Amino acid sequence: MLYAQILINGLVLGGLYACIAVGFSLVWGVLNVINILHGTFVVLGSYIAYFCYVHLGIHPFLSIIVSGGILFVLGFLVQAGLINRVMGAPVLTTLVLTFGLELLLNNGILLAFSADYRTVQLANPLGSTIIGGLVFPLERVVATALALGLTVLLYVMLAKSRIGRAIVAVRMDAEAAALMGVNVKRIYAVTFGVGALMAGAAGSLLAIVFPISPLNSTEFLGIAFVVCVLGGLGSVAGAMVGGLALGVIESFGALFIGPEHGLTIAFTLLILLLIFRPTGIMGRRGYE
Amino acid sequence: MTRVLPVVLVIALVAALPLLGDNYLLRLGTMGAMYAVMALSWNVIGGFAGYPSFATAAFFGLGAYTGAILQGAGVYMPLAWVAACLAAALFAGLLGLAILHLKGHYFAIASLVVAEVLLEITTSWTSLTGGGMGLNLPILRISVDAQARLFFWAMLALASLTLAMNWIVANHRLGFGLRCIRQNEDASGMVGINTTLYKVIAFILSAVFVGGAGALYASWVFYIEPPDVFATLTSVKPIVMALLGGAGTVLGPVIGAVLFLVMEELVWRNLLEIHAAALGILIVILIFFLPGGVLGLFKRRRKPAAPSRPLASAEAGR
Amino acid sequence: MTAILSLDNVTQRFGGLTALDAVSLDIAPGEVVGLIGPNGAGKTTLVNMVSGVYKPSTGTITFDGKRIDGLKSYQIARLGVARTYQVVQPFPEMTVLENVMSPATFAAGNLGVEAAQEKALEALRFCGLDEQAQMRASELTLAGRKRLELAKSLAMDPKVLLLDEVNAGLNPAEIDLALDLIRRISAKGVTIVIIEHLMKVVMNLCSRIVVLHHGAKIAEGTPAEVTSDPHVIEAYLGNRYARKQAGEAKEGADG
Repeated sequence: MLYAQILINGLVLGGLYACIAVGFSLVWGVLNVINILHGTFVVLGSYIAYFCYVHLGIHPFLSIIVSGGILFVLGFLVQAGLINRVMGAPVLTTLVLTFGLELLLNNGILLAFSADYRTVQLANPLGSTIIGGLVFPLERVVATALALGLTVLLYVMLAKSRIGRAIVAVRMDAEAAALMGVNVKRIYAVTFGVGALMAGAAGSLLAIVFPISPLNSTEFLGIAFVVCVLGGLGSVAGAMVGGLALGVIESFGALFIGPEHGLTIAFTLLILLLIFRPTGIMGRRGYE
Repeated sequence: MTRVLPVVLVIALVAALPLLGDNYLLRLGTMGAMYAVMALSWNVIGGFAGYPSFATAAFFGLGAYTGAILQGAGVYMPLAWVAACLAAALFAGLLGLAILHLKGHYFAIASLVVAEVLLEITTSWTSLTGGGMGLNLPILRISVDAQARLFFWAMLALASLTLAMNWIVANHRLGFGLRCIRQNEDASGMVGINTTLYKVIAFILSAVFVGGAGALYASWVFYIEPPDVFATLTSVKPIVMALLGGAGTVLGPVIGAVLFLVMEELVWRNLLEIHAAALGILIVILIFFLPGGVLGLFKRRRKPAAPSRPLASAEAGR
Repeated sequence: MTAILSLDNVTQRFGGLTALDAVSLDIAPGEVVGLIGPNGAGKTTLVNMVSGVYKPSTGTITFDGKRIDGLKSYQIARLGVARTYQVVQPFPEMTVLENVMSPATFAAGNLGVEAAQEKALEALRFCGLDEQAQMRASELTLAGRKRLELAKSLAMDPKVLLLDEVNAGLNPAEIDLALDLIRRISAKGVTIVIIEHLMKVVMNLCSRIVVLHHGAKIAEGTPAEVTSDPHVIEAYLGNRYARKQAGEAKEGADG
C-alpha cells in the first residue's frame, strides 16, 4: 500500500517533470543547443501564474495560456536576435552564451521579485480524494494531467501541423530542409519559442505545487538534464518516459535514502547513464 | 628563449608586489594568480583539446577539502597542498576515463554535474567535512602581513608553474596531438594519435594545479563551505577568462584572468546586486564582439596584410 | 603467396543489419586491389573495420602476420595501415604542412619535430603539394584536399594504403593526376586497396578486383573476369538485364 502511494506520488511528480523537460529536449534535439536559460524560463512561468492569480484572479490552470504566450515571444526573440547568430559555432560558444543570458535574466528576476519564496494560496482548493485507500491530491493530479496533455499536444503538433513537420525536417537535416524551402533560422526561433512556451506552461502548473523563487532555476535545469539523458535526447515520448521515471525514482529514493537527496540521486543516475548508456533507457534518438 | 624572457621578467616584477606594502593589492594579486591557475588549467582540456569541460569547480572543491581535512589532521601545510594536487589529478584521471568518450554537450553536462554530486556528498558527509556548517582550518601563527605575503607568493608560484606547464604542452607532441583532436578526433586516430590517452592526460593536467589552488585558497581564507568551493560559477569563470584572453594560446588565459579580475573589482564589486547580470553582459559581449579573445584581436588585425597569397599559390600549384 | 592483409570470415552487424557477411579476402604485398560494388554494398564498412573504426562482430583480420581486429585505430595506423576518407578529413585550422606532420609525428615512429617536418615535406613533394605547404588546409581546393589525404597517408610510411573514393568529385584532368600519383605510390612498393566507382580507374589501376554486394563477396578476379561475371552484372544492373544478357549470350552460342 505504501509503495502504491509512493508510486502515485512519483507519477504525479513525473508528469510535471516531463513537461519541464520536453521543451528543453526539443531545443537540444533540433538546434543542438543546450539552453541553460530553461530553468529560469520555468521560474518566469511560475511568477506569471502567481501575478495572474494574485492580481487578476486567473487560476494557474488557465494562466498557462498567458505564461506560455509570453514565454513563446521571449524565446522567439532570444533565438532570433542572439542565438541564431552563433548557430553552428562550437558547443562551448552556445553553452557559454546561454549561461550568460541565464545570469542576466535570473539576476533581473531576482532584482524585480527578490529571492523570497512565494506561494499561490488558492481560495477554493480542490483538496484531495481517497480512492481505495490511496490519497490523490487533486490539484497536483490535475496539474499533472494538464502537463501530460500539453506534452501530447506538442507531440501531435510536431507530427501533424505544417510548422511541426518543418521542425522535424530541420532536426533531421537542416541543409535538406533549407533546400526544400524551409526558412531554417525562423524554424530555429519558433522551436526555441516552443521550448520556452513549454517551460512557461510547466512553470504555471508548478506554481500550485512548489514555492516560487528565482533560486529554483538550477533545480529545474537539473531536472531537464536528467530527464533528457534518462529518456534519450530529442523525442517527446522519451521526455515523457524520462520524466515519469525520474518522478518515481525520486519518490522511492526519498523513501529509502532521505528526501533531501532527491537531486543527488538524480544526478548520480545521470552520470552513470552518461557513462554506460548515453542513448537513454529507450535506446534511440530522434523524433521518428 | 627570447619569448620566455619577458614573461619571466613580468612574473619577477609581480612577485615584487609586497614591496608596496598594500595588503589590498596583495589580496588582488593572490586572487589574480588563482584565476590564472584556473584559466590556464582549463585551457589544456578546453582550449587545446576543445573539450567543453565544466569540471573546474569539482577539482577546486576537491582540492580545497583535501587540503583542509589534511591540515585539520595536523599535516604540514605545504604537504597538504601537494596532496590536494595529487587527489585532484587522481580524481580527474578516473573521471576522464569514464566520461571522455562523451562528445560535445554530453561531456559538458557530465562534467558540470560532477561538481553538483561532490557538493551533495560533501554536504552530507558531516563527520569528515563538517557538512553544511563548513570547515575551519588551523590558524597560522604568523603576522597578518606575513600571511598575505606567504599566500601571494605561493599562489603566484603555482600560477607560474601552470603557465610553464601550458608552454611545455603547447610545444610538445602532446599539444600538437591535442590540437589535432580538437579539429578532427576521428582523423586523429587515423594518423596514429592515442586519443584516449591524450585526452585523459589533458584532463589530469587541467585538474592537478586547480586542486592545489583549492587547497591554497582554503588555507588562505581559513574557512570553507561546500557551496563556496563547489560553485558552478567556479567552472564558468575560467572559461570566460580563457575565451576573453584567447583560448588555445599560452598567454591568452593569463591576460583573460587579469582582465577579468580588473573588471570584477572595478565594475561589479561596487554593484553587488547586479554582479551576476554584469558577468552575463560580459559573456554576451565576449561571444559577439570578441570571438577570438583579446589575442585574437591582434591576429585578425594582422591578417588582411596578405589576403590573396593563398589563392595565388593554389593557382600556381595546379 | 603470403598475404600482407587477410580477412577471414569477417562479419559486421549493426543492430539487425548485417553490413558485411562472412567476407574472406587475401591481399598480397605490392598488389593494387580494387573494391567495387553498388552503394551500400559494405565497401566503406570493410575499410572502417580494417582501420579499426569498428571491431568485427565475428571473424579475424590479420596484417603482416599479426591479428589486428579489435585494435584501436591509432595502433593499426602505427603498424602501417593508412587510409583516406571518402569525405576528406583534414585538420582544417592547421597548415598543409602541419597536417602532414601529424602522421609523421605520431604514426611513423617517434620522430622529433625536425625529422617529422622533413618527412612531411617529402610526402608533400611526392604529391605535388609542396607549394601549398604554408596554406591552411581549409583553403585548399577539393583536388588539393584529396591529395592532402594521400600525403598524410604517405607520411605514415604505410605498408598498406586503403583509398576510399579518392577520385570522387574530381574532374577528368584531376583524375589523371590522381591516377598517376597512385601508380607512383604503388611503384614504391605500397600495397593498395582502392574503393572506386569509376570503372576507368579500376580497369587502369588494379591487378585484381573484388566485388561486394549486400555485404557479401560475390566475385573476385582480374578486371576482365569480373566484368563478364553474370553475378556482377546482375548486382549492378538488376537481374532482368542480366538474364537478358545471359540469354543473348546463349543465343549467340547456339547460333
